[in-house]
Amino acid sequence: MWKWFHQLASPPHIYRLAGFWAPWMLALALIGVGVGLYGGLIKAPADYQQGDAFRIIYVHVPSAYLSLLGYVIMAVASVIGLIWRMKLAHAVAVSAAPIGASFTFLALATGSLWGKPMWGTWWEWSDPRMMTELILLFLYLGYMTLHSAIEDRTRADRAGAVLAIVGVVNVVIVHYSVEWWSSLHQGQTVMNEDAVMPASMLTPLLIMIVSFSLFFGAVLFARLRSEVLLRERNARWVKRLVTGDASSLSKGAQHA
Amino acid sequence: MHEFFAMGGYAFYVWMSFGLTFVVMVANCWLAARRHAATLRQIRRQLDTSDPLGPATVKEVVA
Repeated sequence: MWKWFHQLASPPHIYRLAGFWAPWMLALALIGVGVGLYGGLIKAPADYQQGDAFRIIYVHVPSAYLSLLGYVIMAVASVIGLIWRMKLAHAVAVSAAPIGASFTFLALATGSLWGKPMWGTWWEWSDPRMMTELILLFLYLGYMTLHSAIEDRTRADRAGAVLAIVGVVNVVIVHYSVEWWSSLHQGQTVMNEDAVMPASMLTPLLIMIVSFSLFFGAVLFARLRSEVLLRERNARWVKRLVTGDASSLSKGAQHA
Repeated sequence: MHEFFAMGGYAFYVWMSFGLTFVVMVANCWLAARRHAATLRQIRRQLDTSDPLGPATVKEVVA
């Protein structure tokens, strides 16, 4: 068991594993997005209250979901990195941050585009869901800035990890904000017992959430590979890989 | 067909949302690929100019 774990966490193994899975995950994600788009834009009926504007849900909810998932991945990886001094965990956290930030931006932007026709406003400063999601974006950007500002990688990892872990409180508040305070933002759509979405609307949404997650995974793996290379740049396997004289690893070099 | 693109009068909001999503997803792929290429370039350059013993033996603490 321990040996298996050790092998799994070894940088060259992770590099190869991530390189193998990333294209498959991306391909599955694209197929899923295609199916989800067909279901959400064409098959699903217009909402009886929101008309066709409700279709924004098919990109808004998966983005918002990823904004939180990305942060949780970053924070859990940071905990592992801090406690077990696992360099790979910090590499995961660093790789997740820009992707999470991009989907947080997307959640805010699509939310705004949904809010304008439904609420009559692009943005509402007093809405807790919007404010906490904006803070989430700042947490991501803060993490990235902090990490890149500190020259020494070990110290950058640790400082970033502390910020990431402290910021988890905000993720909890984002999630429960629509229950704790009544505001402009509507309540939960998925797993809401009071207002069950019909299958024709819900199924594409679930497909989109799964597909977006696969997409996130694919990009995370791709970024993780760069991060592992950079951190292991003095290791012999990286040297061999970069100069291209190891046939077993040359697949990775071709990718670039 | 025209009805589909009109989105019941919400065309701007719906298509902007989906368009932005597309842009963010493409950007994610592009930035990840660019970063990987840049990383490989950086390491290669470092190997070229490093001391004759080779970087594999240099005990530089990276992480």
